[in-house]
Amino acid sequence: MSTAANAGFSLMANLPALQVVVPMIAAPICTFLRFRNGPWAFALLVSAATFWISVNLLMQVLGSGDISYEMGGWPPPFGIEYRVDTINAFVLLIVSGVSLITLPYALRSVEREVPRDKHHLFYAAWLLCLCGMLGITITGDAFNIFVFLEISSLSTYMLLASGRDPRALTAAFQYLVLGTLGATFILIGVGLLYIMTGTLNIIDLAERLGPVSDTTSVRAAAAFLTVGIALKFALFPAHFWLPNGYAYSPSAVGVFLSATATKVSIYVLLRFQFTIFGDIPAFAELDFATLLLPFAIMAFLVGSTVAIFQTDLKRLLAWSSIAQIGYMVAGIGLGGVDGLTAGIVHLFNHAVTKAALFMAAGAIFLRVGSMHIDKLAGIGKTMPFTTLAFVLAGLSLIGVPTTVGFISKWYLILAALQHGVTGYAIAALVLASSLLAVIYVWRIVEVAYFREPTANREVTEAPLSMLLPLWALTIGCFYFGLETGYSVDIARAAAQSLLGVTP
Amino acid sequence: MMEWLGQFNYYVFAILMMAGIYVAMSRGNLVKKVVGLNIFQASVFLLYISSGKIWGGTAPILGDGLTQPISNPLPHVLILTAIVVGVATTSIGLALIVRIKEAYGTVEEDEIAEAEALYEEELIRAEEAEA
Repeated sequence: MSTAANAGFSLMANLPALQVVVPMIAAPICTFLRFRNGPWAFALLVSAATFWISVNLLMQVLGSGDISYEMGGWPPPFGIEYRVDTINAFVLLIVSGVSLITLPYALRSVEREVPRDKHHLFYAAWLLCLCGMLGITITGDAFNIFVFLEISSLSTYMLLASGRDPRALTAAFQYLVLGTLGATFILIGVGLLYIMTGTLNIIDLAERLGPVSDTTSVRAAAAFLTVGIALKFALFPAHFWLPNGYAYSPSAVGVFLSATATKVSIYVLLRFQFTIFGDIPAFAELDFATLLLPFAIMAFLVGSTVAIFQTDLKRLLAWSSIAQIGYMVAGIGLGGVDGLTAGIVHLFNHAVTKAALFMAAGAIFLRVGSMHIDKLAGIGKTMPFTTLAFVLAGLSLIGVPTTVGFISKWYLILAALQHGVTGYAIAALVLASSLLAVIYVWRIVEVAYFREPTANREVTEAPLSMLLPLWALTIGCFYFGLETGYSVDIARAAAQSLLGVTP
Repeated sequence: MMEWLGQFNYYVFAILMMAGIYVAMSRGNLVKKVVGLNIFQASVFLLYISSGKIWGGTAPILGDGLTQPISNPLPHVLILTAIVVGVATTSIGLALIVRIKEAYGTVEEDEIAEAEALYEEELIRAEEAEA
């Protein structure tokens, strides 16, 4: 600390700490801004700053390798180390980018769906949630992951319950019970690892775990961690809070959480699975990511099937999210550079696609006041730009070539085909699930374009503050589908660094 | 016998953990679920605290006469954070229960499901009346 003070404060050298500290300090300040649109403008400003920091961190990592930052000047493994490598720089960029692009959209949605006297608290919870997710991603300390996980979870419960629909309350409570169980499982897992090795630093853990790896305690730790993390990202049997949570909370919350929360938990899975347990021979035959594979396959089959039968547009999208989480975990479970690339690139691709779809749904909700699919008759004529964006993003959800969804599925199937007969079966199931996606996207197209609008209802196009972010993401679905240089190359580099393979 | 006594804390941890999860999962009353979660979290506090303690160990304060073995203070500090998290979770859980009670007039899971179904029916009826 003293050396830093002597040398003067260097902004660029302290970016890893600022990434988390800026939104953390901004959140309480936000609660004091009670004037109209003040909290919103402040949150937008802070989000822009965190996005700028993420971009710079990614540049630094790609330019000059991994960054190790000593929090408070205490050297690792004793102090808390913030460690930025390719994969978490990528996830940081996704999280802060989604927050930045969702906030302009949030203005109108929150105005309508959150009581006016609660706006400052809503945006404070938003910033805390952002801080928690960035913290989980950037930290190199296992216990710190738990702390930030709880910061983001506690604010997520608030965000989910901040709307006017009482059904969101029960969903938030279900998630509170399940999320606390999951986080406490992670706490037990970290505790067992600490008891066995005496360290909490992730790099140090990976090195010291070798001699004690073939013990029941370490295996139990791995099991607790895997189950705990799977509970946090709503893998198939633990998904029941998610549809109501995303559907009945304010639209902006659905956009933000569907694009970030599950992604960050999947990153934590990757971190524990590969950085800590990756090099240990005892885990070669008992690979927990592979054990998750059947659940992942069930997730995308059940998710896509149930989505077809939904009558509420946002619930349909939420069920489709459950299916998409299945694809990501399937990629990780298949393993190998291709499988991991598929899983990691789908983190980004699904964030872009699902954020666009939830934005379109939220814009329709703002104008129509209902999410019931029958009420959306003729919406293609009354809200042409919103509906067109929805359909284009829907194509990406299906995985039509030239969209980002295609890139993810291409790599997922490529990875599956390396696994012999079971691999062919998995590839076939992925294709079947994509066909189910065609059905549920088509249902919306049919209602929106081929039915006459209800005459007695005045519906106008969504406001510009919603259309611009929506179209930015929709164009992103195609831009990153054609220009794969950014997303796929970074994901591949991340997969290689996790597996310890030199390119 | 002595070995069993030495691991007494860990047996209590396992029993409390199971009891906590069981209560949080099986009870229909939301307040009881929060109580279950609290028991579950408290059991993990016990795991951490037990792991840092050694027989005859003293507090690690620098100075003269530090000849005795010392207990590891780190797990105790870590669990302080987890206790704070537990308090925050309980308060948010209870706040949600208050709002659920305001919205549906009950804190029993099955009755909430019924009230929710009624709410959905009313919503559809209101929309039909409007159209």
